[in-house]
Amino acid sequence: MPPLIETRNLRHVYHAGTADAVMALDGISLTVDRGEFVAIVGGNGSGKSTLAKHLNALLLPTEGEVFVDGMNTRDRGALWEIRQRVGMIFQNPDNQLVATVVEEDVAFGPENLGLPAAEIVARVDEALRVVEMAEYRQHEPHLLSGGQKQRVAIAGILAMRPQCLLLDEATTMLDPQGQREVMETIQRLNRDGVTVIHITHAMEEAVQCPRVIVLADGRVALDGPPAEVFSRVEELERFRLVLPPIPALAHRLRRDGLPIPEGILHVEELAGALTRLVAEGAGRGRAGDGTH
Amino acid sequence: MELTRYVTIGQYIPRESPVHRLDPRSKIAAVTVLTVAVFVVRDFSGYGLLTLFLLGVVLASQIPLGYLLRGLRPVLFLLLMTLVLNVFFSGIQGGTVLFQLGPVVATREAVLRAVFIGYRLVALVLVTSLLTFTTSPVQLTDGIERILRPFRRLGVPAHELAMMMTIALRFIPTLLEETEKIMKAQMARGAEFEHGNILRRARALVPVLVPLFVSAFRRADELALAMEARCYRGGEHRTRMKELRLAPRDAVALALTIAASFVFTIPYPTWQALLR
Repeated sequence: MPPLIETRNLRHVYHAGTADAVMALDGISLTVDRGEFVAIVGGNGSGKSTLAKHLNALLLPTEGEVFVDGMNTRDRGALWEIRQRVGMIFQNPDNQLVATVVEEDVAFGPENLGLPAAEIVARVDEALRVVEMAEYRQHEPHLLSGGQKQRVAIAGILAMRPQCLLLDEATTMLDPQGQREVMETIQRLNRDGVTVIHITHAMEEAVQCPRVIVLADGRVALDGPPAEVFSRVEELERFRLVLPPIPALAHRLRRDGLPIPEGILHVEELAGALTRLVAEGAGRGRAGDGTH
Repeated sequence: MELTRYVTIGQYIPRESPVHRLDPRSKIAAVTVLTVAVFVVRDFSGYGLLTLFLLGVVLASQIPLGYLLRGLRPVLFLLLMTLVLNVFFSGIQGGTVLFQLGPVVATREAVLRAVFIGYRLVALVLVTSLLTFTTSPVQLTDGIERILRPFRRLGVPAHELAMMMTIALRFIPTLLEETEKIMKAQMARGAEFEHGNILRRARALVPVLVPLFVSAFRRADELALAMEARCYRGGEHRTRMKELRLAPRDAVALALTIAASFVFTIPYPTWQALLR
């Protein structure tokens, strides 16, 4: 089976051939396998959004190839299958809801796929249940909160039964409550087997993802588990990325001379490391008392 | 939201009434028939019967009468103009003079005609607002799409028109909210929207409209992208979650409306002859 998503030496140049030509992606090669949960982070202009739009053929590469489930995105005949497999959630929840009623909006995608009415109803029911918005099915989208709108948008994608959920800064415009709602929803979906690619510049969200890809100047700068990526402090600083709070604190303590292990991501780990340190220190202290 | 109070277009009052349950297509057809009848009716007896009929529909639809009458507010000015113009400039020669002020004459015939034409306007507004009050925008656009579908061969973009209407309806509240936000932002910077003459007020709106337009275009761009990402490719291959289905009650309602409309157009002398 081919990987779910594969890019080979992907380059994209905006306004190619003119004086304003901008190289947005400069040779990106990566693969995402089924069931993965990947965060893509990077500063402004690092090419995050451009990369996202290549993964469901909204943009085509200037050079290189993108394969979705073995299908080349340049193949016009596979376009709708690709877009059905990789569903995309955008940044502004308002600008991606089409209909005036929640359930009609969720039905929009399946309707475009040409499914029979009974199947659409079943999928809308299921999708709204999965994002826990079933009781809002008759509501008008503009009366919902940001997080709720974004969950409706996710339901609209889920109703198309995609293999991969691609979130292009889908939490950026939300308040903390809404961000939490969306994160919990996509984590739950990932546990149920949906591949998730979460583009974000909230580092505390990236920390929660098992794989983090850092983009800088249109290239893959770092790619690995968060413990590894967030220990490369100097590089991250060079890309003007801020460390998430806990790794940042751990790093400062280490720099100040405390022997704290690398790869600390969460409060519990840091607390554990510090407790051990205190216990050791106390042990050594008592041992010292004995000799003097 | 303050602005939405003034926008009555497409206002829908959800109720579980027989009128609400009718297929939008039959309601649109019924409204068309009634509109024609409003223009064909020649005398007050017809309007009397029409009013009774409309009252019946209002009762059946469970729409509060006050709501319906409030829908007349936007046309109040037009109504007054119609009355004044028809009373004083009707061109009716002779007749019983009711009062005279120099060259300005109001005759009994002219007043009656003014009231007649004024009522015609009221009836039109009532009939159409009954449609929008009892039919959700979604149903309305679905109905229009289905009615226009046979004309697709002639190049009528039925699906596209319906999609445009849906999107417009979806974004009216969003854009109103945004307008308000921009106005407040400009007011915080000392902009005045409520003072000065018309020209000044219009000028004050420019700094509101420019950002509004810019953002509307950006929204349109993003929405188009989101729709493409959700496999939208126009009306072809597309199915609907809720296909409209005509029920027996639709035939009954439409037959009743057509029959009633014929009755409205019976001239008064004929009634006299019939009832004698």
